[in-house]
Amino acid sequence: METLITILVGVLVTVAVYLLLSRNLVRVILGSAILSHAVHLLLMTMGGLKKGNVPIIGEETGNFTDALPQALILTAIVISFAVTAFLLVLAYRTYKETGSDDLSALRGTEDE
Amino acid sequence: MNNMIVLPMVIPILTGVVLIFLRSYVKIQRVLSILSIVATIGISIYILNRIQVDGILRLDFGGWLPPYGILFVADSFAMLLVVTTAIITGILLFYAFSSVGKSFENMFFYPFVFFLIAGVNGSFLTGDLFNLFVCFEVMLLSSYVLITLGGRKVQLVESIKYVSINVLSSWFFLVAIAYLYGTVGTLNMAHLSVRIAEVGQGPLLTVISIIFLIVFSLKAGLLLYFWLPGSYSAPPTVVAALFGALLTKVGIYAMFRMFTLIFYHEPGITHKMIGVMAAVTLIGGSIGAIAHNDIRQIVSYNVVIAVGFILVGLAVSTEVAIQGSIYYLIHDMIIKALLFLLAGTMIYLTGTARIEQMSGLIRNYPILGWLFFITMLSLAGIPPLSGFIGKVYVGQGTIEAGAFVLLAIAFISSIFVLYSLLRIFMNCFWGETIINEDDDVPLKKGILIPCVMLGVLTVALGLGAEGIAVYVSDAAHTLMNPEIYIKAVLQDE
Repeated sequence: METLITILVGVLVTVAVYLLLSRNLVRVILGSAILSHAVHLLLMTMGGLKKGNVPIIGEETGNFTDALPQALILTAIVISFAVTAFLLVLAYRTYKETGSDDLSALRGTEDE
Repeated sequence: MNNMIVLPMVIPILTGVVLIFLRSYVKIQRVLSILSIVATIGISIYILNRIQVDGILRLDFGGWLPPYGILFVADSFAMLLVVTTAIITGILLFYAFSSVGKSFENMFFYPFVFFLIAGVNGSFLTGDLFNLFVCFEVMLLSSYVLITLGGRKVQLVESIKYVSINVLSSWFFLVAIAYLYGTVGTLNMAHLSVRIAEVGQGPLLTVISIIFLIVFSLKAGLLLYFWLPGSYSAPPTVVAALFGALLTKVGIYAMFRMFTLIFYHEPGITHKMIGVMAAVTLIGGSIGAIAHNDIRQIVSYNVVIAVGFILVGLAVSTEVAIQGSIYYLIHDMIIKALLFLLAGTMIYLTGTARIEQMSGLIRNYPILGWLFFITMLSLAGIPPLSGFIGKVYVGQGTIEAGAFVLLAIAFISSIFVLYSLLRIFMNCFWGETIINEDDDVPLKKGILIPCVMLGVLTVALGLGAEGIAVYVSDAAHTLMNPEIYIKAVLQDE
């Protein structure tokens, strides 16, 4: 199971890198979103994908699922949501202001 | 009363939240923000002094004893930086009152400054790697907003680069955390240190440490500083000063923690890498600083040089060098804020950022001119000012460690700093004045006084270095002896 997820992470990263390297701003944002999904999966996998009970203290002990990676992923998902939302708004504003969503047109600094 | 150490993060957050509701009442926003920053300064100084008496303080959230829960740890190094952050923010707020304008103040400028401070202080205080990530993100998200606030074209274009770079580096941060958790099974920094000391820092852990190094280098602008000059020169003056003074320093802080507390077993690989990166940063920053004619770019490249210089201290990792780095870190936070303010004020007065188009400013604004002169001397490390002690100690440390090449590069870069600022000084302040009596823009007191306050602070830090010597040597001692930190965190009350 771990191997499968790791391969999935690899595929996601490949897709994300492809999108990140493109010239279209929206594609770059989608790429960053997929990239963060890949790392969330990685976080979960690195904790070990055990099947077990919910980690509640006091019940008869079996093997518990490690709760920590899930807490980490939950936080990371919230953060990546926020950043993606911000990036989308930023892209929209940039498009309105410059009239272009082509990253190669936005290169360099103009001397004022 | 260890609960106190959460206050440097909680006060700014609460203030930020309250200020959101006071959007249209600019006066109340100003008063409240000053009150809360003063409270933060007071509490931080109190905690700093308590650490000297009681040793390192820690706060376990929810009563979960380490290594299980998340926690805040306050040692001298962290608190010194918290105190400096709070003081500088206070002064910059004064500058903001008279410079950012109503459109900013109505658009949640102060709340975001406070969220930024909360993130910065949280990163300094946390004792847990994932919390460090969260605090970094709090800081970065507020910085994204601050850099785009105003929405000029250049800001938007630069902030796309800035945001993308930071999203990528946050991604690497998470990857490194995932691998570290998979390998060692903990994220508490002290516990990590213990576990890694037990199993030894093998090749796998060294690779993970290098991923962390890359992440923090991106945040600090060590070697990977290509995004920095552009994004630091785009936003309004106060925001640029906040960024220049605080943001890179958080990356530097994280690097110091990582490579003195957790990954200190393979200095031949990691610390040598830091050394090489610092050297290249110093060279690249120096070239950038003398290559540009735009005053904002020159100032931004000076940030890069300082980052390289501070990390020379970490690269050689002797107690004296670390002390030097801490002195220089504090000095740099003050002086970079001042430098950005001065550069911004000059642009505001003349309406241009090109140094060849300014001339003779000192005739119209003598105080500004002499402040710039002091800043220049302080950055170059001329004795009575604050840059001197840091440079001496870092120099002494590198000699002890026999890293003469680093020493040479670090000190030669100071000459470039001096040269790049002298160019500004000669071009903009000396010579015939370009401003005639009629369109002489009056220098507002609200703009001048914060600059003078920072100037006084740099002189005071230079003359009164003995005053903070206790704290700095304690901080360096704790950094060089990780067992002190571990003992403070892992022992039960």
